Amino acid sequence: MRYLTDRKRATGLGSARTGTEHHWGMQVSSVALAILVPLFVFTFGPILGAPYEEVTAYYARPFPAIVAGLTLIVGLVHFKNGARIMIEDYAEGGMRHALIIGTICLSYALIATGLFALVRLAL
Amino acid sequence: MADVNRGNRPLSPHLQIYRWQIPMLTSILTRITGNALIVSAVLVVWWFLAAATGPDAFATADWVLTSWVGDVVLSLSVLGLWYHFLAGIRHLIYDSGRGLDLPTAEKLGWACLIGSVVLTAITLIIV
Repeated sequence: MRYLTDRKRATGLGSARTGTEHHWGMQVSSVALAILVPLFVFTFGPILGAPYEEVTAYYARPFPAIVAGLTLIVGLVHFKNGARIMIEDYAEGGMRHALIIGTICLSYALIATGLFALVRLAL
Repeated sequence: MADVNRGNRPLSPHLQIYRWQIPMLTSILTRITGNALIVSAVLVVWWFLAAATGPDAFATADWVLTSWVGDVVLSLSVLGLWYHFLAGIRHLIYDSGRGLDLPTAEKLGWACLIGSVVLTAITLIIV
């Protein structure tokens, strides 16, 4: 007679050794992006190409700025996690580590830079 | 003893082996578009930083993004973005266990391909 449950015996198996957190994270961010991306495209698109004064006034308004900030954060976190899967498919060993670390650094650097710019435009 | 065959396992057949088909093509395109969009993200963040820095920096970034090279890159970004958007929605449909039979999967693949072109055309007309 086995006292372990099926779930307990399965936990930690599989090539990844972990559960479904990554997949769930991608699902959550993709649902958010399905809403954010159209909002960003149709708030950012029309103002691109406008003169400097119009652009700064436009992004001092809450709605376009918040949409841009959310899209950058969620989009780049989604990129960070998605790109990792591609790297794990094609690179091995030290190169894999370097590429994953580089991707994470690039993603957070872009988030920080974008948010700094948006805050400065808003204030 | 579990690791006797480590390092000498057979690899799965790769792109050159399989016959091209819609579910495979659209899946590969999802990966390519999703990862290529980092180029667009860098450009857009640079544009925002320039706008926050001052008129001179803005003029440079704005000139690059609205030049014909910028137009081509951003138009392709929009196409990639809408493609990845539709393919992501298809992924959520697949994840719910629906649409996995071959006829439906092929239809969804075509919907992603055609839909992304249509959405891109609409976006470029409006914007």
